Amino acid sequence: MDLDLVTSILAIATFAGASLVLATIGEIFTERVGILNLGVEGMMIMGAVTGFATAYRTNNVWLGVVVAGIVGGLMALVHAFATITLRADQIVSGLAITLLGTGLASFLGQVIGPDGGPLVGLTGPKFTKWPIPGLSSLPLVGEGFFNQDPIVYSLFVVVPVSWYFLYKTRPGLYLRAVGESASTSDAVGVSVFGRRYGYTVLGGVMAGVAGSHLSLSYTPGWTENLTGGRGWIVIALVIFATWNPARAVVGALLFGGVNAIQFRLQAEGTNLPASILNMSPYILTVLVLILITRTDKLRQTIGAPAGLGIPYHREERE
Amino acid sequence: MSFPWKFELERRLEVSRWVSWGVPTLSVLAAFFFGGIILSLAGAPPIETYRAMAAGAFGSISEWADGNFFAVTETLVRATPLIFTGLAVAMAFRMLFWNIGTEGQLVMGAIAGTWVAIYLPDLLPWLPQTRWVYIPVGIIAATIAGAFWAFIPAIMKVKLGVNEIISTLMFNYIAILLYQQLYTGPWKDPEGFGFPGSAQFPEFSWFPKFSEIPVLNVLSGRIHFGFIIAVVIAGVLWVVMDKTRRGYEVRLLGENTNAAQYAGISVIKNVLFVMILSGGVAGIAGLSEVAGLGHRLQAGLDVGNGFTGIIVAWIAKLRPLSVVIVAILMAALFVGGDQLQISLGLPSSISSVLQGAILLSVLSGDVFTRYRLKITRVVVGAGVVGEEA
Repeated sequence: MDLDLVTSILAIATFAGASLVLATIGEIFTERVGILNLGVEGMMIMGAVTGFATAYRTNNVWLGVVVAGIVGGLMALVHAFATITLRADQIVSGLAITLLGTGLASFLGQVIGPDGGPLVGLTGPKFTKWPIPGLSSLPLVGEGFFNQDPIVYSLFVVVPVSWYFLYKTRPGLYLRAVGESASTSDAVGVSVFGRRYGYTVLGGVMAGVAGSHLSLSYTPGWTENLTGGRGWIVIALVIFATWNPARAVVGALLFGGVNAIQFRLQAEGTNLPASILNMSPYILTVLVLILITRTDKLRQTIGAPAGLGIPYHREERE
Repeated sequence: MSFPWKFELERRLEVSRWVSWGVPTLSVLAAFFFGGIILSLAGAPPIETYRAMAAGAFGSISEWADGNFFAVTETLVRATPLIFTGLAVAMAFRMLFWNIGTEGQLVMGAIAGTWVAIYLPDLLPWLPQTRWVYIPVGIIAATIAGAFWAFIPAIMKVKLGVNEIISTLMFNYIAILLYQQLYTGPWKDPEGFGFPGSAQFPEFSWFPKFSEIPVLNVLSGRIHFGFIIAVVIAGVLWVVMDKTRRGYEVRLLGENTNAAQYAGISVIKNVLFVMILSGGVAGIAGLSEVAGLGHRLQAGLDVGNGFTGIIVAWIAKLRPLSVVIVAILMAALFVGGDQLQISLGLPSSISSVLQGAILLSVLSGDVFTRYRLKITRVVVGAGVVGEEA
């Protein structure tokens, strides 16, 4: 394989994987504190539509990102309220958030455009690439890592900080403790309720921002079903990353890379039908899932939070 | 300065009939209230919009007086796949097997049904070309295809421990892409003038319309045999799941897996049984759509029936007979929503918004059937009134 090809695949992989990294790290925080939120797809798509609409109306992409984050956070708050306060089933509540989000995004996409019209087909502001002088002309990694938009660059901070926070700080330890055993944490005075709310909302904010990266940079504009199941790939990536933010990057790059190769092959013309290529990320997800579930040893050493999905009510402690 | 009341949830010892009906009803009303806010924000008067939706879904008294039941039959047509997928989801969820893949299982059923209708007559020319043969054969093929598509995630779950939520979901995308590939590629009608879609099915594989069936021919319109199959399957599943030993085992596994295993109930056997059943039922939904309505494999199968099935099953509390009722009501939202687009120019996706909101509020509201809200007044500095200081 020649160097140019690798460079360009890496560039597309990073670009395509950025939203996956953000949303995956958000969901890692949520799951680490013991809450399973299957609403990622719904939160991402709501972030995408509101982010684009805001940017279109104010001509300010940053405001779009902020609004997308708030909307994602609000949707996660609904999930937190339903599952933590009202003790609803986490799986069904998450599915409901996704169903509500996709429905609402499709509805909004048709009424929040100019004059109450649709957003579909509009060209709005988008993030431009900010090449970093010097670094962006590095061979191999220059294009992929140093000629990207600011959201991608933010990952240089978000990923290490999330990892450090989770594993090397006291609040991070408390976060993981709540996810491992809520009742034990509560008994030693680590608040469960507030943390579960807080990190669930944080996960939503990150999913919302991830969605806005799609509509403001990766595929600028709004179309129905813009996220195309990325929210579900995020759920799989969390498992793939074994709840570790650093590994999320590897997974997201891998999935982004599949996208990139698919683009390349389509551009260069191939005998493979497009839909077979399009299937590859989903088939890959299943294969990866089988692989990580098979390696039991890996799971035991760095496995899932023991309290994931288990509700906690102080007065009904067993 | 603290908040003067204290809210606590207290488990109800018994659930009265009033509570078990009242709470979900109030939850649905809350969802409509939420939908009303969204509608107002979008500049549509909520009450008038809901009235238009109801008229679109069920028709009006003057229409009924004229013997025009078009709206009702359209709602039943839309309800048909939802009954199948709702039943499929309900069976799997009963034992906490999270089958999110009914959409893909439906699509696989449609693909198998299409193959039977278009390619089997050439392959087995001696097979009598009548509905009495081709409809049952189609149903069997669709059941097998749907069951197969559910069996793979099920066996991966029980043998390898692979998370079924993600695997069934990924199988949706794979099935949908396969289906799109087929009707735009190898199965595309050569005489279709470039229009994407398979050739039309021969008439002996069509599901009869109600207008062709004695007694049922009081209803005209698009309503077809698929609705009857759906209702019959609901009845059969009610018997199997609520009246047989197998159904009892499945329920027990869902309620307490450990206890059930100690009692010698096999998880593997029951997961496979339920998933084959669940996938099979979803597969028939796909056949019913292609053989009952379009008579060809074409765009429009992957409209989220599998996902709406989750809403249907959960609101019906996983009870097969309630699934039929809830599916009809959800279909009414869809048909009413489509009507809005025509009459008021509003996006029909308002029905998806309402359905999502209904599921969320029924789910959240459920806490009040299990718990009562205890509100106690707190006197600042004196602790809780009525409690010993």
